[in-house]
Formats: sequence, structure tokens, C-alpha cells
Amino acid sequence: MTTPLTQGDISAEIADEREAYAKRVADGAPVENHPSRGYAPYRSSVLRHPKQPLVAVNGDPEAVELTGPAFGVTDITAFDHDLTRQHHGEPLGERIKVTGRILDREGRAVRGQLIEIWQANASGRYAHQRDDHPAPLDPNFTGVGRTLTGTDGEYEFVTIKPGAYPWRNHVNAWRPAHIHFSLFGTAFTQRLVTQMYFPGDPLFAYDPILQSVTDESARARLVAAYDHDLSTPEWSLGYRWDIVLDGPAATWIEEGR
Amino acid sequence: MSLAPTPSQTVGPFYGYALPFAKGGDIAPTGHPDTVTVHGYVYDGAGLPIPDAIVEVWQPAPDGSRTGAPGSLRRDPVKGEIIGRDGVAFTGFGRIATDADGHYVIRTLPPGGAPYLSLIVFARGLLHHLYTRAYLPELTDPTADPLLASLSPERRDTLLATPDTGSAPGVLRFDIRLQYDGVHEETVFLAFD
Repeated sequence: MTTPLTQGDISAEIADEREAYAKRVADGAPVENHPSRGYAPYRSSVLRHPKQPLVAVNGDPEAVELTGPAFGVTDITAFDHDLTRQHHGEPLGERIKVTGRILDREGRAVRGQLIEIWQANASGRYAHQRDDHPAPLDPNFTGVGRTLTGTDGEYEFVTIKPGAYPWRNHVNAWRPAHIHFSLFGTAFTQRLVTQMYFPGDPLFAYDPILQSVTDESARARLVAAYDHDLSTPEWSLGYRWDIVLDGPAATWIEEGR
Repeated sequence: MSLAPTPSQTVGPFYGYALPFAKGGDIAPTGHPDTVTVHGYVYDGAGLPIPDAIVEVWQPAPDGSRTGAPGSLRRDPVKGEIIGRDGVAFTGFGRIATDADGHYVIRTLPPGGAPYLSLIVFARGLLHHLYTRAYLPELTDPTADPLLASLSPERRDTLLATPDTGSAPGVLRFDIRLQYDGVHEETVFLAFD
């Protein structure tokens, strides 16, 4: 019988990983914008990451991955971006608006592309059969949204603020409140699945998934900004979160396809 | 100008009611005589199938077009349900959640102008998705393709879909192994910079 992992164990590993990263950078290694797939404090990664280096496919202008799928009005319905209007009643929780722009590495707007989100309800429970957290389900909240980006790469969702929830990475493990995002660019190489966090969450330091991004400024890019100008009087609070897609963009397809 | 990218995070365990969609792996129009079926299992480093992975596929149309087409997640505007592709436009995109046995199935038409399907794997436990390719044997010359030619035979073989003995013609097997399990080679995963 192994001793159950404590938060202290995981926090010590998180600190070690951060220290090792700082030393790598000090020794001249490049900034790491993405998590290492083998980041061990997130225990589920242990058997699910490749140990061989990735094989670089650079300089092949014919690579299929330099193009990507298209989405359009047939893939979206009118209320998909408003998670508070998908049922007969209003969901419980703090109503919020989340908005921002999707850009590529060159700063160009990513237009007409699909964004999908999913999240827990206000009490930290997913509408998923395998979520057995004993927090109430909300019959008026599923927690799924979709939208297409506009001509300036902009998007907007209306939803409720998700709750924190426990998980079983270690004893007393809690995920900070977050919204899952799935994004497409003009090329398959730009595909991104990530999570948006809320500013000032006291759980940040304890969470091995957020902390898997060992670079502090990269980690900060996962946190939305509260923007009072986006708050609607007597209705909802506003958050801004801009997203930059990594990877080479499509080069030979006209911009804004 | 080069902006710092937004970091990746794992898809987690609870995407199941958000990302998968009905007939997500059926890219070919139903009953099309040229349909190729590519199926397989996603395995972890213990050699166990992964029941909570998602495989996405992107490919050129049979005529070589790489623009794709909307309509992969075509919706019923009354009920909001996904009603599937219209069977006319070739969207080139598919998305399949592995089943409880770690299995996925893609039914598509052979890509024009490229010998492979481009695949992305997402999973709980995977902090950043992985790219790979399923090369179709009838379209592939392993000595001519620059990526395949650059790999050792053992590594190269992980990218080759193989005829599924015992199955109907046109059924190919392509397993994805996220990690060496002590017996089977780890699948080659790709980087694009």
C-alpha cells in the first residue's frame, strides 16, 4: 500500500519543476510556452505522453497540416454562444460575459473559425455521467457553447461562472474555476485546446494542470482579465480573454477564408 | 511580429458532451463505393486502451482540394441537434471519441494529392495534443515520401495503416500508441514550427 499523495508532495514537485525550468532558461534554453507532456505532478500524464522526441515536419509546403477544416453558419445555431438560454429556465450562478479576439502568431485575426467551450456549473459539477462530485446538477445548465469568430477574430460567450471542483490527482486536490476552450485556425497546425482561468483564484498555486505551464508569463496568458467596461449594469460581469494560436498559419489560402 | 502563444491545456475527462458529434467519423457520404475505413485503438504506456481520447482527422478532398467545407457539425435549427453532413459537400474533417475499448473508426474517401490522413490525438492526461499521420498503403511509396524516408523502418511502420486481415477490402488498421509499452513501438508524433 503506497502512502496517499498529499498536496504537500505535489506542491514540492511543482516547485522542483519550476526551479528546473528557471535553471534551463538561465542556461540559455528557450522559453517554454506550452506544458511539457511528461509533467509528472499531473499524474495522468505518466503513461500518456510519448518519450521519443517529436519528428519535425518543417519546410514541406505540401504538408496537409498547413491547411485546415472550415466551419460555417450550418454548424452553429443562434443560441449556441449563450449558455444561459439553452433551457426553459435560468441557470443558477453568477452571470458573466467572456469576450476577446483570436489571433495568429503574426497578429492577424483568425476569422470565421469555430470556438467550442465546455464547463462545470456554478457548484462545480459537470453535466457528465462520470462526474461523481456530490454537488448539485442544474437542470437549466448544460455548460456547452459554440461560436464562429467574427471579421476581427472576435468572439463572445454569455455563461455563468463555473465553480471549483475536487479531483483525484492527490488528496484534497481542487481545480481552480475554468472554462475549457477548443479553437481552430486557418491551418491544422494551429489547433488549440486549452482552459481559461479567472483572475485572483486562490487555487492557482495548488493546481498541477495550470502549473504544468512552468513559464510564469505564459501561465498568466491563461488567465482572463476582469474588464469593468464589459460588465452590463444590473445584469452580468465581463471578462476579456484574447487567444494567440501557435503554429504556422496557412500560407497559400487567402486570408479570412 | 511574433506574439507569444496561448499555452495548451489538457482536454480533461469531461469533454464528452461538448466535442464529439454524431457520425463524427463518417466523412465519406453514406454508401459511397470508394469508402475507406481506417480504424484502430489508442493505447497508453501500459499497453491498455484509452477510453477517453479524441481523434481528429483532416484531409484533402478526393479531387485534391484543401479548402474543406462547412457542415461537419451541421445542425437542426429547430432543436439544435447535430444532424450530420449533407452527403454532398466533402468537409474533410472528422472527430471521434474513442469508445470504452479505446477504439475509433473513420470512414472516408481517399485524399487527393497526399497519401495520408492527418490526425490529432487529445486525451485526459495529455497536456498538449499530438499530431500523427495515417499513411494509406495504396497511395504510399515509403521510399519517396520525405517524412517516411527519414525514419528507421520500425518507426516508419507506426505511420502506415495496414490492410485488416479478415475484414472486408478497404478496411485498414491504424493503432496509436502514446508511449512504448515494452513490446510495441511508440507511434511517431510530429511537430510543425
